[in-house]
Amino acid sequence: MSDRELRVSKIRNGTVVDHIAAGQALNVLAILGIDADSGETVSVGMRVPSDRLGSKDIVKVEGRELSQDEVDVLSLIAPAATINIVREFDVVEKHRVERPSEVEGVLSCPNRHCITTSDEPVASRFDVLDDGIRCQYCDTIVRDDIAEQIDVP
Amino acid sequence: MSGDSRASRAGLYSMRHDHIISAKQLSRADIEEVLDRAAEVAADPEAAADRHENTLLGLLFFEPSTRTKMSFTAAIKRLGGDVVDMGTVESSSVKKGESLADTVRVVEGYADALVLRHPSEGSAKMATEFVDVPLINGGDGAGQHPTQTLLDLYSIRESAGFDDLTIGIMGDLKYGRTVHSLAHALTNFDARQHFISPESLQLPRSVRYDLHEAGASIREHTELEPVLPELDVLYVTRIQRERFPDDSEYREVAGQYQIDSETLEAARDDLTVLHPLPRVDEIAHDLDDTEYAHYFQQAHNGVPVRMALLDLLLEGER
Repeated sequence: MSDRELRVSKIRNGTVVDHIAAGQALNVLAILGIDADSGETVSVGMRVPSDRLGSKDIVKVEGRELSQDEVDVLSLIAPAATINIVREFDVVEKHRVERPSEVEGVLSCPNRHCITTSDEPVASRFDVLDDGIRCQYCDTIVRDDIAEQIDVP
Repeated sequence: MSGDSRASRAGLYSMRHDHIISAKQLSRADIEEVLDRAAEVAADPEAAADRHENTLLGLLFFEPSTRTKMSFTAAIKRLGGDVVDMGTVESSSVKKGESLADTVRVVEGYADALVLRHPSEGSAKMATEFVDVPLINGGDGAGQHPTQTLLDLYSIRESAGFDDLTIGIMGDLKYGRTVHSLAHALTNFDARQHFISPESLQLPRSVRYDLHEAGASIREHTELEPVLPELDVLYVTRIQRERFPDDSEYREVAGQYQIDSETLEAARDDLTVLHPLPRVDEIAHDLDDTEYAHYFQQAHNGVPVRMALLDLLLEGER
C-alpha cells in the first residue's frame, strides 16, 4: 500500500483487526469494549477498498491484545477477519478467525427472563449454530441480530 | 450430564444423569426406566417404603406450587425420607438479596438432593454448576418442567400407549414449560404431535428448531376442530391472562380453546384428556366425570413417578 493510499496509520504495539466485513468496525470496537471513554488509541477505517472483500473495515488498537472470548465473538460478525499482533511496528503474529462451537461472555442473552441476565455469578454462553447462536441456559436462538447482543458495559 | 464422581452408580440409564434439568436430556431408555420403576412402585408402594430412610430432599421453590411441591414431599416421605423446605421467598434470605448461586450452595449442605423451581429460564442449569448433589428442575420460567413430563408420559402410557400415538397439545405453547418438555420427550416415541394455539402463543423458535432437528412429525393449527377426530390424547394447557395486553382480547382468545362435553362429541370415544393443572376454565367441569377425563389421575401419578425418579437418582448415593 503506497503512502497515497494509506488511510489508517501504523501502530507500534497492539492489534490490527483486518478484513472486517464493511460496516462492522463499530461492532468490533463494541466487542472489544472500546468506547469514547476507554482511553486506548484507536484507528478505524471503514469501507476501505479490498482485493479480497471489495470493501472492508479495519480496526487498529494501540497497546491491546484480544482475549479468546473476544476473538470467538468477533468471528461471528466478521468471519473473514484477520488478527495481526504488532510489536515495535512489526506484525509478529497473524491469523484468521475461526468459527468456534461456542462463545462465552461478550454477548448477552436477549431473553430478559434468562438467568444469565440476572445478578448471578454466571457468564453468558452460546452454542454456535450454522445460522445463529443459541443460549446454553434458556435455549433462546438468535439468528439475524447477533451484533445487537454485544454486552456494552 | 454424566459425572465421574457418580460413575460407579448402579443402574443402566438414569444413573448417567447427575441432574434432571431438561426433557431434552432424556432418552427413550431413560424415560422407560423411570416409568417402569414408577409402575413397580405404584403396584407395591410398601416395597419402597424404607428405601431412602434418613434421606433429605431440599425444596427450593421461588414460585408458588401445589402439585409439584406436595408430590415431591409425598414421594420422598413414602420412600422413608423427609424434606427440608426453604419456604416462601418472602421468609428466606432471598428477600435479603441472596443470589440463587449462594442459596443452592448453602442448601446442598442440608440435603441429599434438591428440587428447584425458579422464575428465570436456565436457572436450574446454572444451579447445577454450583452443587454436587443431584438437582431436579421443578420448573424454570417458561423453560422446562421435566418431571411433569415424566408423569405426563406415564399417564399417556397407561391410557393410550406410545405405539402409533396421535396427540394434540393445546393452549399456551409459547410460554408453557410443560408443553416444551413434553414435545421434546415425545420425539423419542412414534408420535404425531399436533399443536393447537392462537398464533400469538405458538411454539417458540427454539422448541420448533429441536423438533425439526429430531425429525419429529409435527403440525400446527389455530383450531381444534379439524384435528380432534384423529386424536388419541388431547393435552390441554392454561392460557394465562398476563400474556395478553387487555382483558377483552384474553377472553376472546381463551374462549376458543376451551373444551366441554359438547366439543368432544366429535372426538373418538377412547380419547384421553390430560391437563398439567391447575385449570381455570379451559376444561369444563362437565367433563370431569366422563371417560375422557384423566387429569386428576395424571396429577396423582406425580407421586409414584417422582418416587421412581428419586429412587433412581439416589440409588448410587446410598
